[in-house]
Amino acid sequence: MSDSKSILTNRAALRAYAMIGVLAAIWILFHIITPGHTFLTPRNLSNLMTQTAVTGVIAVGMLMVIVSGQIDLSVGSIIGFAGGVSAYVMTEMGFSMTVAIIAAVAMGTAIGLFQGALTAYVNIPSFIVTLGGLLAWRGAAKWLLGGNTIPVSDEIFKGIGNANLPAVYGWVVAGLFVAAVFYAAYRRAATAQTDGSGRLSRELLKAAFPAAAIVAFIAIMNAWQGVPVPVVIFLCVAFLGAFITNSTVFGRYLYAIGGNADAARLSGINNRWNVLKVFGVLGALTGIAALIFTARVGSALPDAGTLKELDAIAACVIGGASLVGGRGTVFGACLGALIMASLDNGMSLVGVRDFMQDIIKGSILVIAVGLDMAGRKQS
Amino acid sequence: MPLLEMHDIQKEFPGVRALDGVTFTLEAGEFHALVGENGAGKSTLMKVLSGVYPAGEFDGRIVIDGRDLSFSGIRDSENAGIAIIFQELSLVKELSVGENIFLGRAPSRMGVIDWTELYRQASRLLGELGLSIDPRAKVGSLGIGQQQLVEIAKALSRKARILVLDEPTAALTDTEVETLFAILRDLKTRGVGMIYISHRLDEVFRMSDRITVLRDGRTVATHPAAETTKDGIIAEMVGREVTDIFPETKHGLGEVVLKAENVEVYSADEPDKKIVDGVSFFVRAGEVLGIAGLMGAGRSELLSAIFGAWQGKHSLKLELSGDPTTIRTPRDAIRAGIGFVTEDRKRYGLILEQTILDNMTLAALKRVSSRVLTSRTKERRAAVEPMRSLRIKAPSVETVAGTLSGGNQQKVVLGKWLLTKPKLLFLDEPTRGIDVGAKQEIYNEINKLAATGLAIVLVSSELPEVLGLADRVIVLHEGRKTGEFSKADATATRVMAAATGHATDTAFIK
Repeated sequence: MSDSKSILTNRAALRAYAMIGVLAAIWILFHIITPGHTFLTPRNLSNLMTQTAVTGVIAVGMLMVIVSGQIDLSVGSIIGFAGGVSAYVMTEMGFSMTVAIIAAVAMGTAIGLFQGALTAYVNIPSFIVTLGGLLAWRGAAKWLLGGNTIPVSDEIFKGIGNANLPAVYGWVVAGLFVAAVFYAAYRRAATAQTDGSGRLSRELLKAAFPAAAIVAFIAIMNAWQGVPVPVVIFLCVAFLGAFITNSTVFGRYLYAIGGNADAARLSGINNRWNVLKVFGVLGALTGIAALIFTARVGSALPDAGTLKELDAIAACVIGGASLVGGRGTVFGACLGALIMASLDNGMSLVGVRDFMQDIIKGSILVIAVGLDMAGRKQS
Repeated sequence: MPLLEMHDIQKEFPGVRALDGVTFTLEAGEFHALVGENGAGKSTLMKVLSGVYPAGEFDGRIVIDGRDLSFSGIRDSENAGIAIIFQELSLVKELSVGENIFLGRAPSRMGVIDWTELYRQASRLLGELGLSIDPRAKVGSLGIGQQQLVEIAKALSRKARILVLDEPTAALTDTEVETLFAILRDLKTRGVGMIYISHRLDEVFRMSDRITVLRDGRTVATHPAAETTKDGIIAEMVGREVTDIFPETKHGLGEVVLKAENVEVYSADEPDKKIVDGVSFFVRAGEVLGIAGLMGAGRSELLSAIFGAWQGKHSLKLELSGDPTTIRTPRDAIRAGIGFVTEDRKRYGLILEQTILDNMTLAALKRVSSRVLTSRTKERRAAVEPMRSLRIKAPSVETVAGTLSGGNQQKVVLGKWLLTKPKLLFLDEPTRGIDVGAKQEIYNEINKLAATGLAIVLVSSELPEVLGLADRVIVLHEGRKTGEFSKADATATRVMAAATGHATDTAFIK
């Protein structure tokens, strides 16, 4: 019994492979058509990963919100406001970088919890609450910044968005991840209820693929300037998100609430409390994304993060999440974010004009979901 | 010449042969019941008939009035005079009765709807059926029974000559069932042929001219109703003799586990409407307490309020094992040792797209794994026992719940609650819409659980079920308790009298 895989896992696995295939196809296509074949170079891939980081960090939180059956349209504006807060605290008030970091994350978390409370306890649909937030927090950002940009001078702070890990640390990170991957495989083999000696070797073989991917990734990043710090942050957030959704009671409750809110409630789950928490998590991650964004630009802009909410939602949906709730994976959302960023990056390299980029991205989103629905219907 | 003939219908899904040579005929003005366990192929056969599976997707012939027809879609079958009323009603709740009846075919001039004409025709149609329903009323404001009748009016407005009814009485009160049957009898005299799918054999025998039994995608037999018996039909449905559906079991009764006093429940939508009015009852360890009553008598609401799940206004006093207890949320109830197998497993019981395992451990997740982290290993280990003892038929615990048959889905819900290790179990319509074999297994399980000392409260609309399983029966009528009977005193007539509000004092033994 333990070895027979469910339809669901098989389909999810198939989907993941298909997405990796699509990503590879996009990359190869861009590499061929970019002048000078610059797409698949360490320098550009490093750049691409950094561009993915901000969207990716929010997409991980957004995925959890979407799985629970909710939506958050305000994260782009919160990036603007929380980023503004971090710069204001340092430049205008003279506090240290640490205070600025805490202030931005705390602001994001507080806003997330506030909007979550309005959704969960006041029964205002999250679409409306966060649509209001989309306007209000953008307004707050403009007010705080007085319509100007506030520059940041702290070099260490700027490093959050621009620095790279020295090669040695990159390899240490690689070692840790590889060890973690093989340990997880070993655990899976050991805890599987039954069966023969083939199990362990099979699991280890399966783990070899992600392990090789990690090593290759670090090698490529080190071939340029080392792993960018935002990418390190993104990877940590992604692993944490995957852990929360796969292995915690909270994560399971989110899928249950999104899958059937009535059944979840009658099974003793406190739906409201869990919805509140998931908005808090997304808020905190939005604060982190705001820090990366502000550090990367080197100043806080009143319109920072505009339309980021749509990128994040698109990433989740391309990654297989259902806006009705109950379905989606962090891995899918991260791949979705990477696909979106690849399109941006590649089309810029090719010199596609920006209005055309928007049209293509919009079309691809709709087509991707259309293909997904067609695939589901068949199975 | 028969009105409808279906010859040697075969339909294959990947890996499954759903229909394997079904033959079925219907005469004009005939009431023909189609019975069989869930999964026997009734719904598939009706989907073939209605064009949901277009010609080419199945083998066999459909002949109407002696002419071979092939449907490429639902519209074709509608044009051929076939109307199907599915279990889940297909009415638009926000629209009026008249709009629903003429949905997609509203009388109009140059694209502008002629409202006067529409409501005039709707009125006439409802009048013909002897229904006093306002054609301008919103469908959502009608009771479920009246909605069903509107569906029939809609079917007739399309000049249907073949009417398929899929479990039409499942949600109706007795009065509504009578109204429906009167209308169906009238349709018979007008020459409409009716195919009637139902698990309720009493109704089948009351109404049918002929009965066809399906099993495993094959026609087992077609009998004139007068020439067969209920036991005979059941035996043909399950392929074996069901000699004793309710095995006589003695339950050893223990201490009082739950005492509920003066339960009052108000409607969540209309806060002034009382649904349960001052009901008190108790249940002992090892006892099966049956709650009988008609649809809408307040039985589910009573349990829901005790469980902390009722979202409207309510008040009650509870004692659990002698201690006064307050239950505010389902979580409180689960902690206090109460389990609640709710009615409508798809809506309230299961997360259909998740696996058996995910569903089964949901209510006891923190007990089964740990407070913060889940453990697949521990979950699997916990699910082994209920999978085995409930005999859930599935390839693995990782099978998606939505793909299971109704009986197995119900067992998953039951398993979910058994994992919470309850002392008291509420069962609300635990066998609705599941086949005879699975019903039997659930009955046996109820008896087994009672024998282990579990206190069980059983709500069921099927009277034989309540009478066969319960040690004691209480009866609700319009929110009030109108009777309480020991097993020996609980006869169908007495319980029914109390349920319809005609209880005499002599029947009221408590």
